[in-house]
Parts: sequence; structure tokens; C-alpha cells
Amino acid sequence: MSTTLVPAVREETPFRRFVSEFAASKLALVGLVGFTIIALLAIFASWITPQNPYDLAQLDIMDGRLPPGSPSLAGYTYLLGTDDQGRDMFSGMLYGLRISLTVGVGSAMFAAVVGSSLGLLAAYAGGRTDMIIMRLVDLQLSFPSILVALMILAALGKGVMNVVFALVIVEWAYYARTVRATAMVERRREYIEAAECLALPYRRIMFYHLLPNCLPPLIVIATQQVARAIALEATLSFLGLGVPITEPSLGLLIANGYQYMLSGKYWISFYPGIALLLTIVSINLVGDQLRDVLNPRLKR
Amino acid sequence: MLTWIVRRLFQAFFVVVAMTVIVFIGVHVIGNPVDILISPEADQAERARIIAEMGLDQPLWKQYFFFVNDVLHGNLGRSFVFNEPALKLIGSRMPATLELAVTAVLFSICFGVPLGLYAGLRPDSFAGRAIMAGSILGFSLPSFWVGLMLIMTFAVHLGILPSTGRGETAALFGIQWSFLTWDGLRHMFMPALNLSLFNISLVLRLTRAGVRETLPMDYIKFARAKGLSPRRVILVHVLKNIMIPVVTVVGLELGSTIAFAVVTESVFAWPGMGKLIIDSINVLDRPVIVAYLMMIVLLFITINLLVDILYTILDPRVRLETKA
Repeated sequence: MSTTLVPAVREETPFRRFVSEFAASKLALVGLVGFTIIALLAIFASWITPQNPYDLAQLDIMDGRLPPGSPSLAGYTYLLGTDDQGRDMFSGMLYGLRISLTVGVGSAMFAAVVGSSLGLLAAYAGGRTDMIIMRLVDLQLSFPSILVALMILAALGKGVMNVVFALVIVEWAYYARTVRATAMVERRREYIEAAECLALPYRRIMFYHLLPNCLPPLIVIATQQVARAIALEATLSFLGLGVPITEPSLGLLIANGYQYMLSGKYWISFYPGIALLLTIVSINLVGDQLRDVLNPRLKR
Repeated sequence: MLTWIVRRLFQAFFVVVAMTVIVFIGVHVIGNPVDILISPEADQAERARIIAEMGLDQPLWKQYFFFVNDVLHGNLGRSFVFNEPALKLIGSRMPATLELAVTAVLFSICFGVPLGLYAGLRPDSFAGRAIMAGSILGFSLPSFWVGLMLIMTFAVHLGILPSTGRGETAALFGIQWSFLTWDGLRHMFMPALNLSLFNISLVLRLTRAGVRETLPMDYIKFARAKGLSPRRVILVHVLKNIMIPVVTVVGLELGSTIAFAVVTESVFAWPGMGKLIIDSINVLDRPVIVAYLMMIVLLFITINLLVDILYTILDPRVRLETKA
């Protein structure tokens, strides 16, 4: 046995391995494709929709509460019907999706920055700083998210920025806890010791050496938190505490349809709900697979 | 043990004090207390009288002591809308919420355990997979939308269940309860199911994981080898062992079930505390908002404290950990 056959494989980089492991689950791919389509629909809403739902000149109150498939006066079809203002539900939904996604993704990213910075600080500084930050995390997590958001919005009032603020307050603790746990393990490794011996500034060690190695669990948490943020924002908007009526997200659209549902006009609430559901489920499918791929404990 | 409990009590006390400071700042510093605590319909003379009476012309630290004093005496102002003391108002709505939350928790056990048991015993069957997929939906569906769909299906299309309200109530210990009348039970079914969906998924997954873990154990093999009937092995030997974590988690979830009742109560117009707080926020009935927040925070701190203490009593490992 002098020679062994080496199969011609592409060089395996961590990224390629990650992609192929992720693609192993068909369900996760469906989720990824679904989310991409939803995101594109939301981003290009103003080119896709037949009507700008906020341009009052394009609305006709005579077209109010038409069932799906009715023709409009302007010549196109109301694919998903109209709401009480004569607004095309399909157009309203895509614009609402845009607001829901912006608030959800924006708040999750903002919370990620705040939470992971505090988590890193807790792990790296240790001692009293660690204790104070983790006490805050414990306290925060002992209250249900809806209650914390309710308190903040009761004090601050409606508004997109207030909702984002409330969601960040609700979510930062999850990031802090996860990043701290990973960073506690990583900071005992040799490369951190080496960086410390080089007398690099703390900030540099924390954000250039420690943080990149805490990324895998951070990505998993971030995906899950985006889905949670979208659901929570929809709930708050449904309760009338979230976004203002001038910037209706999916939750507010559902709330608008609530009063017409008992008279059998289901489509005003039903379709925005389906859009919300598809968004959340597709993000969760991606998140579940990411968790399986990026979790070192489950590695074969 | 005793020192630990005392220390834990001290911490809880500190959190309560911190909360009063936060609520005080929210009411007196960020907002204008004159607008918040005095009805907008009051005229000039009455406003001046109330400002002097409530000490709003005093320095801030004195005002804080007045506020704490009022809280300790259970005096959190009168509702503008109902013209009743805020605390009494919330107290009168509390039984409806508690009744709903307890029913939801019961539902989560009644539906979650059998489904989880089935999925755990037959993990590869179609029904087992379907149950697990359904539990993912239970986690990710926004509960208010599920509530709307329940109303649409059962109340509008099928017309078999009433859509909103509490129905007929009957008195027990001087309090009106819905679960004592058939009409009340019919009204309670949908909201309780809606509220329990998340917990059903949770209990279901816990039960399934527990069954998968317990089945290969030696004592199960032994019970089978003894020739016990499969029914007895599952119902007594397996189920008994997985009920401990299930009961713990369900107990822990009671608090958040009460909190999430806010959503369900709004959807089904169930006249509990949650609906009251949402209505109060929407009409800016601030004394009720402040009273609700103070009360629910106290409730949660008490629940967390009790859980921590129970854990130390039940599980010696926790005690050892805190000593180390």
C-alpha cells in the first residue's frame, strides 16, 4: 500500500462546511428561501404593489370592505380584498411587513450590540462588574417580556422609536447571558493570554479577539430574537400600544380587521396574520438549523 | 439556610424599593404629576387644592416619602373613569384573571401530557411527528392571532361557542366565578385554550423528552420483566417520574400566564385585570396604571422568592452551589 487514492475534493473551509451542513436540512432551506422572498417583497413594496396604501388620492372609500378578488375602479384586482378605508389589503400588507421587519430586525440588532457588549464586559472584567450585570440580567429575565414592554410603553406612549426601545430593553438580557457564558470559556484560552502578554488595550482584546469567537451562539440567539421581536411588536400594536396609526405594522392591520370579523369579513385580519405567521415560522426554521449547525455540543 | 432566606428576602425588599423609585420617577419626574394624578375635568380651584393636599409643591425627596407612604397604605389614587380607588378596582377584576390563568394551566396539563406521552412512545409515527410539528407552531404563532382565528372558526362560522365576555357567573365566597355555571364554562373555553397554547407546547415537549429519557432506564426494563401490563408501566412507572419537572415548569409558568392574559383578555373581551390595564392605558387612566404596575411587580417578586425558597428546600444541590 504505497499510494492512497485522494479523492478530488474542494478545499474545505469553515464557511463551506457551514453552508453544506446548513443545506442538509430541506426545511431550513425552505425557511431561508421563504424569508428571502418575504424580505424582498417588503423592501420592494412600492414597486410591487398596485396601490400606495398611504396615498389618500389613490383610495376610494366606495371600495371599502370588498372581498378578495373584487375588481377595483382603477382597473386592477384587489387580490386579498380591501379594508374599511378602501385600501388594497395586499398593498397594505407589504407596507405593513416593511414596518414589522424594520422594527423587528432593528431592535434585535440594537439589543445585540448593547447585550453582547455588556456580556463581554461581565465576562472579561469579572468581579463586581460581572455580579452587577448578571443580577440585572436575572432580574430582567424573571419578568415576562410582555409585562416589561407594557410598563415601558405605558410610561412613554406610542411610537415606533418607543417600541424599538421597549424591545431592546426586553431582549438585551438574552444576548448578555449567552455572550457571557461563551466568553467565560474563551477567555481562559491561550490566544487571550497571548494578547494580554502583548499588552494590547482591553477594548481591543474584548472586541477583536474575544468577540469574534463568541459569534456562533450570538448568531443563533439573534435569529431567534428577531422572530420574537416581530411577534412581540405585532402583539403590542394589536393591543394599541405599539406603532401609531400612521405607520401600521401587521399587528395593527390585524387589529383593524378585528371589529369586522364578527360580521364574516375575515380577510382584513386573516391575510396580515398569515403574512406574520409565514415570516415568524421561516425565521424560526432558519434559526433551528443554525442552532444545530453552530452548537459545538451537537457536533459529531 | 436561614441566613440564605434572610439574604434573599433582603434582596427582594431592595428590588421592591428600586421599583417604587422607578415608578416614582416615571410618574413625578418624566411625566407631570399634576396631569397624571388629577382628573383633567377638575377646575382651577380644585387643582390648586389637590396640589397642596398631595404635597406636589414640596421638594422631590419629600414627595417620594409621601408616595411610599401612600403605597404602604394602599392608597394609589382613584380611577378617573370608574371613580373608585384604583386598588379596589383591580381587586374586583382579579378573580376573572386568576380563574382564566388557572384553567389555562390545567388545560396545558390535560392536553400537553397525553400528547407528549404519545409522541414520546411513538416518535417515528406520523401522529408523533405531527404533534411535534404542531408544538413548533404553538411556540411561534402569535397568540392574539390564534385567538382571532378561534373566534372566527367557533363563534362566527360554526356558531357553537360564544365569542366574547364572561357569561353567567355564580357567587362563591362572595366572589363571582364563571366556572360554576355552564354558560360561564362555555365562555371560558376559547380564551383558556388560547392562553394555554404556549404552555401546551411546552408541557408536550417536556413530557416527550422525559419519556424518551425514561424508557431505556433499568427500572422500566425491570418493571416490564416483572410482567406488569404496558399500561401500568407507562402510567405508573414512566409518568410518575416525568411529572416532577412538568409540575415545576407549569408552576413557574403561572406567573407569566397571568401576565400574558393581557393579550387573551383583550381579544376575547374577558373582563379581567389585563383588559382593565389595556383600557386604562388607552384612555390614560393613570392611577390604575400605576396601581397595576406596582401590584404586578410585587406579585412577581413574591412568586420568584417563593420559587427560590422552595427550590432550596426541595433540591439540596442548589443549596450547596450557593455556599460554594
